[in-house]
Amino acid sequence: MRLVPRPKSPVLQAEQIILFRVGGQLLAISSASVQEVRSVDSLAGAAAEIKDSGVKKVRHLLQREEQTLFVVNGTVHFGLPLVPGTLVFILRQTRTALLVDGIEKMTSMTQLQALPLAFCHEERLWYRGLTSLDQTVVPVVSPEGFLTAEELQVLEGTLAQRATAGAELAEGGLQA
Amino acid sequence: MSAATATELEVQSVVLLRLGDRRFGISANQIAELAAPSRIFKFPHRSPGVEGVILRRGRIVPVCEVAERLLGKKISARRFYLIARRRYNTHTEWVALPVTGECELINAEITSAGEHDAAHVAGWISHDGDVIEVLDVTALTTPLEARTDSVAEARP
Repeated sequence: MRLVPRPKSPVLQAEQIILFRVGGQLLAISSASVQEVRSVDSLAGAAAEIKDSGVKKVRHLLQREEQTLFVVNGTVHFGLPLVPGTLVFILRQTRTALLVDGIEKMTSMTQLQALPLAFCHEERLWYRGLTSLDQTVVPVVSPEGFLTAEELQVLEGTLAQRATAGAELAEGGLQA
Repeated sequence: MSAATATELEVQSVVLLRLGDRRFGISANQIAELAAPSRIFKFPHRSPGVEGVILRRGRIVPVCEVAERLLGKKISARRFYLIARRRYNTHTEWVALPVTGECELINAEITSAGEHDAAHVAGWISHDGDVIEVLDVTALTTPLEARTDSVAEARP
């Protein structure tokens, strides 16, 4: 019994990707999805802590222009051993800033295989697919997969509550 | 024997595989290849029974651990991966099943599974004095919680 020769995969244009680690796990993301890479230290003053966000993996907020971004701890998101993050990826066209261990390297991929259907849970949202690089299989993350619509709703609710509480505090201060 | 009989017999090619001390059969038309163990790549996911993936001839193939379901315990020793075809609603994908011994191709009369057999039992064969379960790869690799919908849908 032999495998039938593999049908030719649709030839993809080379896509620039960033190989990075979260909780020691090697992952990839399209460079086009990353608007900015910042060190955690450089964000120390810009990030606000939000302890009870209602979403365990989000403990900090980042104010970027007129938008509030939610800092997702990659290790908590993927259920990996906690490793202190050193970098934050600000993801384009999302409300997510992703806390990661660090960048491994930048490279390009020419093939992206759909996640096999044997994987049938949240990972189908997490990954765009799998790619093989140098005889290694690397999952390519989906920038939209870090926060679900429900999680965003919870976070928005928490922000609204904070804003109301802040306004009441300010009002109380003025009256005093 | 009448075609309407519940225990219909038909001769088919069956691949016999070994898992620990037990032997199981899989219809040969569900098997693509027997492959030597290769590096398994693991990454975060939530799908029970999927260990990771292997690279086989340029394809990325999920490794489904079936020993726990069949034997009630995991097995660490593995000598080969049986690459099997697993049906989904619209197409078929390969899955790698770790096995602990060499496989054998035989022709045997398959007795259809009864209504009290587990979903992953496609039938039974008698071989070398043993009665051996013939497995349904699709049912076997479907997570228990998803079994009611997807297996029913995947069956022709």
